Amino acid sequence: MIEMINVYKKYPNGIVAANGIDIKIKQGEFVYVVGPSGAGKSTFIKMMYREERPTSGDILINGVNLATLKNNKVPLLRRQIGVVFQDFKLLPRLNVYENVAFALEVIEETPKVIRKKVMDVLELVGLKNKARMFPTELSGGEQQRVSIARSIVNTPMLVIADEPTGNLDPETSWEIMNIFEEINARGTTIIMATHNREIVNTIRHRVIAVEGGLITRDEYGGEYGYEG
Amino acid sequence: MKGRTIGRHFRESIKSISRNGWMTFASVSAVTVTLLLVGVFVMIMMNLNKVADDLEKDVEIKVYVELTADEASITKLEQEIKETTGIAEVKYSPKGDELNKLVVDFGDDLRLFEQQNPLHNVFYAKAINPQETEAVAKKLDRLDNTFEVKYGEGKIEKLFSFLNTGRNVGLVLILALLFTAMFLISNTIRITIVARRRDIEIMKLVGATNWFIRIPFILEGMWLGILGAIVPMTLVTVLYYNVYKLLAPRLEQGKLFELLDFSPFIYQVNGLILLMGVLIGVWGSFMSVRKFLRV
Repeated sequence: MIEMINVYKKYPNGIVAANGIDIKIKQGEFVYVVGPSGAGKSTFIKMMYREERPTSGDILINGVNLATLKNNKVPLLRRQIGVVFQDFKLLPRLNVYENVAFALEVIEETPKVIRKKVMDVLELVGLKNKARMFPTELSGGEQQRVSIARSIVNTPMLVIADEPTGNLDPETSWEIMNIFEEINARGTTIIMATHNREIVNTIRHRVIAVEGGLITRDEYGGEYGYEG
Repeated sequence: MKGRTIGRHFRESIKSISRNGWMTFASVSAVTVTLLLVGVFVMIMMNLNKVADDLEKDVEIKVYVELTADEASITKLEQEIKETTGIAEVKYSPKGDELNKLVVDFGDDLRLFEQQNPLHNVFYAKAINPQETEAVAKKLDRLDNTFEVKYGEGKIEKLFSFLNTGRNVGLVLILALLFTAMFLISNTIRITIVARRRDIEIMKLVGATNWFIRIPFILEGMWLGILGAIVPMTLVTVLYYNVYKLLAPRLEQGKLFELLDFSPFIYQVNGLILLMGVLIGVWGSFMSVRKFLRV
């Protein structure tokens, strides 16, 4: 479902973040993306939701080529992809419920459906009782759960997570991972960039290592492979 | 876009107004101060303009009829004056009336002249466009049986050029003030939106289209404009009501000029203030959001 063909990305400042990447990811896979900082991991992730456009090469998601996707079609793409970030990226003036509901409002869902879906997904992440609270009133782990709820409320086929546990303590990180596992068990593809060695080595999945803009390793059930 | 989404945008914009607390207050204050200035200034300028118009309308052309003219030629002359292009109205004043005016102004001694009135019969004419008084007067002078045509030569030219300068200066000042107001207000609104640049980025990441993001902001700008217009509208109304009540009776005695009537004028000014508030608010948010949508 996701395919990168000879993807090359050079930033205006001359840095080459992707130097001919080829990869295929099937529907329902769980993929860790690992690698040292500044090795092109973030660019690899960002190109998948069209935050960055490749300089050359093709990125196909369900047959849509992101390299040639017009700007005004980007919102349509993003509605089919859930994105989770290290810094949560919640809207500070909206409460938990509204933050999650926003993803459904943009697709002009009916209020009734929005209410049901939001409450269901808040139940899944265990925040049903905090629906009226604002992001600043929540702990980091709770904020990340809101952000995950928002990313999956629209039942996307793909969830992309850029170091989702980067700001969280170990215990909370495991809780977050459990949620991702559950989402993955429902058939959603998950691509997760991470520095968390313990998680990668414990919950075994496919591991893709990115270094110097290239994929240097791609193993199913692989290890983190870098010194902590 | 579906109806419920439009409703959603309205709710969202109102929510944003209330949740942004201090930012809303800052923008609304800026709008209030500038609109108040503009409102008061527009009121003053429009009244000065009215005074200028009144003064101009008082400019008359006085046509002295030849002493030898008989009844028939006077009637004919009146007809000819009326038919002259650019004439608004003509009033005939026989020499008896003219003498009476002098008697009123200078005393009963002049009644001696009632035996043998040395004055001319006179037509008072007004030009449709007071600024063309001179040209019209010259045309009248060419008619038969006119002894002399007077229109305050020299004096009215000075008056007109003074009034025209006044009008132009006023217009320039109003435009400058409007421009400053636009700049000041849209800048304040811009600051409130810059503070929300991150929000806009997040909305885009979640798959919102540009218009979906833009419309609540634009509506919010509109509310800011409306909220900011309330105090100026109230103050301007109260102010003009009192000034009018105080000055109008006194000016009525002089009859030289009057203030603009309270009733239609104050609604026009209020409408203008509200319209400006809304336009500036909408424009300010539109421009600011536009900048951040190019992410």
